[in-house]
Amino acid sequence: MFYREAGDFKTSYVDDSQTFPIKFDRYRYYAVLVVGFAIIPFIINDYWVNAIFLPFLIYAIAAIGLNILTGYCGQVSLGTGGFMAVGAYACYKLMTAFPDVSIILHVILSGAITAAVGVLFGLPSLRIKGFYLAVATLAAQFFLVWLFNRVPWFYNYSASGQISAPERSVLGVSVTGAETVPWAAYLFCLVFTVICALVARNLTRGMVGRKWMAIRDMDIAAEIIGVDPLRAKLSAFAVSSFFVGISGALFFAVYLGAVEVGEAFGITKSFLVLFMVIIGGLGSIFGSFAGAAFLVILPVFLKVALADSAAVSDTSLVLSWLFFGVMCITGALALLRGVLRLAGSEIWAGMGPFLFGLTIVFFFLSAFCAGGLGWPTDLVAHFQLMIVGALIVAFLVAEPHGLAQLWRVSKEKLRLWPFPH
Amino acid sequence: MKQKLMTAMAAAVMAASPAMAELVIPDLSYRTGAYAASGIPFSDGYQDYFTLLNERDGGIGGEPVRLVECETGYNTEKGVECYEATKGEGTLVYQPLSTGITYQLIPKVTADEIPLHSMGYGRTSAANGKVFKWVFNYPGTYWDAASIMVKHALDVEGSLEGKTIALVYHNSAYGKEPIRTLEKLSEKHGFELSLLAVDHPGQEQKSQWLQIRRERPDYVFMWGWGVMNQVAIQEASNIRFPMENFIGVWWSGAEPDVLPAGDSAHGYKSVNFTGTGTDYPIFDDIQKFVVDADKAAGDGTSLGQVQYNRGMFAAMLAAEAIKTAQEMHGVSEIDRAMMRDGMENLEITDAKLEALGLPGFAPTFEVTCENHSGPGKALVQQWDANEKSWNAITDFMVADRELIMPLVMEDSMAYAEENDIELRCE
Repeated sequence: MFYREAGDFKTSYVDDSQTFPIKFDRYRYYAVLVVGFAIIPFIINDYWVNAIFLPFLIYAIAAIGLNILTGYCGQVSLGTGGFMAVGAYACYKLMTAFPDVSIILHVILSGAITAAVGVLFGLPSLRIKGFYLAVATLAAQFFLVWLFNRVPWFYNYSASGQISAPERSVLGVSVTGAETVPWAAYLFCLVFTVICALVARNLTRGMVGRKWMAIRDMDIAAEIIGVDPLRAKLSAFAVSSFFVGISGALFFAVYLGAVEVGEAFGITKSFLVLFMVIIGGLGSIFGSFAGAAFLVILPVFLKVALADSAAVSDTSLVLSWLFFGVMCITGALALLRGVLRLAGSEIWAGMGPFLFGLTIVFFFLSAFCAGGLGWPTDLVAHFQLMIVGALIVAFLVAEPHGLAQLWRVSKEKLRLWPFPH
Repeated sequence: MKQKLMTAMAAAVMAASPAMAELVIPDLSYRTGAYAASGIPFSDGYQDYFTLLNERDGGIGGEPVRLVECETGYNTEKGVECYEATKGEGTLVYQPLSTGITYQLIPKVTADEIPLHSMGYGRTSAANGKVFKWVFNYPGTYWDAASIMVKHALDVEGSLEGKTIALVYHNSAYGKEPIRTLEKLSEKHGFELSLLAVDHPGQEQKSQWLQIRRERPDYVFMWGWGVMNQVAIQEASNIRFPMENFIGVWWSGAEPDVLPAGDSAHGYKSVNFTGTGTDYPIFDDIQKFVVDADKAAGDGTSLGQVQYNRGMFAAMLAAEAIKTAQEMHGVSEIDRAMMRDGMENLEITDAKLEALGLPGFAPTFEVTCENHSGPGKALVQQWDANEKSWNAITDFMVADRELIMPLVMEDSMAYAEENDIELRCE
């Protein structure tokens, strides 16, 4: 009903091939942009920026980068952390060597440097693929981290081997360093994220992207129809590393401000970004955002819901009780369904898992609104790992194409809803 | 009906929520991950001391202490999240127990004006209070530890001319800190320094110890943490390296580090700036008011262990700084700026330690505007695997500050210049 093509006429090819051909989709996209640029900057504080928005935006860029390589071109990479490190160290060297040049330029240049490094490490992809390529990129990961730890020139011979971002500003507003106000850091990253997403979206639906996908789907067939595998694969590595490099530069300069390579850009980072891409959906720009949001927000949400015990407003407490009530009802229904099943009844068949899932969701919502349950922090940390891990497995089993596919399916459903026949 | 219900609920909530003044102390702990073995007892000690003050004395100067714990997992990203999540609650002082997170927080606390105490870790040059207004690292720094370790080796050997010292270090800001000082010291005393880096988390050290076996250095110094310590001591015993020549920094000398190696860890040494064991009057109180009252943060078994005592010491220093601030400003409900004043004028004397039930537990020191690191005193302790106890084998020794202070000045001035910081205390 809301989401439909009927009556949405296109009179030119440009109109017809735009990113969001459906009007509702397009307005939703504009609405998101307006909220992102014009509303959020006025209401966010330090906590929201540093705990949620900056990591989300920066990981989204990294996920887009990896998605181009893995999702669109089919080349598995475990070197994302290493390439992010290249971006971060390139940005640091540029920032300290040319303090008068704008930070925007530095971030873009770090992307370019990372692209060059990425192409270098992409060369083996011309001979090997699949698991073997994954192992080769793993070598890049370890080599790059080792290099930045080993060669003091990269960290300007500082005693600790740490790199810390000096203060730099855009249009007189500082975006790196300790004096940065939350909205400035947020907007700076948001601009980069939006531009990266736009570029990636348009690359992937153009000729370059179709070449990548041809290579992904069957490289020999692609070669026969005239796709040059050398250029296609290396361009995928270059573009992917460019985005990953930008995210590394922002990760270091804007988000953390000081990093040490082993801790910040280790193998776990590579896996984290890979999980984002897989959970979000391979071969989807929206999926990159969804995956990043999922893995950034979920741990924070779980921590707030379970470990904290903050004082909250009365409305929030009332909400919490409401959720708790709903949870009790769904829980009771799920139990009832279980009993019925044991008794051999077929009433509400198939509703069991759904009710059970709802009960869990309402439990967390209730805990969240109550300001947290105040559980011991170590218990919550273990729970976090277990829940995130279980969700990844559940996702891979239930929907291998990730959140993007869920989104696609729900859009498909919305076209007919509420009159499915 | 709904309206009524909501009003009733709101009333119930308002009655329940406390509205008294309190001193908020964050505990950025790590009870999970590769560093949990070191992090858990420290955090337990830190929390138990404040619990003791609340239970026995009703807080500090009449103000109850509220602890806010946040799990960092020794991870800088989570550390930032914890800092941002807790700072809104009026937290008085941060002690992240992680050099990486400390580096992260130094610019942030300076901008937010919140005191940061990195007790014997973090950025060594924060010792210069002229540059680092909000950062403290008393009672000593890594560079003091390095100097004291060399001093001890000197005392044993007489001269280090022509000897070799290998440094096994955690390949991070933490492990790299002492290198500059050790290089200076090697020039001064004529020993040769060889550097062996161990990557995070430190479970894999075969190649490093193979190299030690080949090179046979006279001494091995270690800058390790968490699981790295256990593995290193195990590896050292595997290659039969003489344990009395193996000296760890104060973060590499606790019970969880030596126990897994069993008898072969006998004789391992480390520096320390607190006493060990439970032979101090305060432990009776902790047992009575905290452990027996079932209010302990842990299960009560780590009392008297090195990291537990150190966590307790960190809490004690914070509490003493709060007391100093309360006396200075004549109010019991202090804010962050007052807390900073309290830390900068903190004085730990023997009489004070005695009164707290910790006679001879720690070195005496005085913090000043210029010097945020105290005098840099520590002792050397040795592990007795038969008795399963750490025994102090020296008195508190003073570091070679004549050599260290110029390095501190150089590094902190470079920082001041980089960040446009105006010097204080003039």
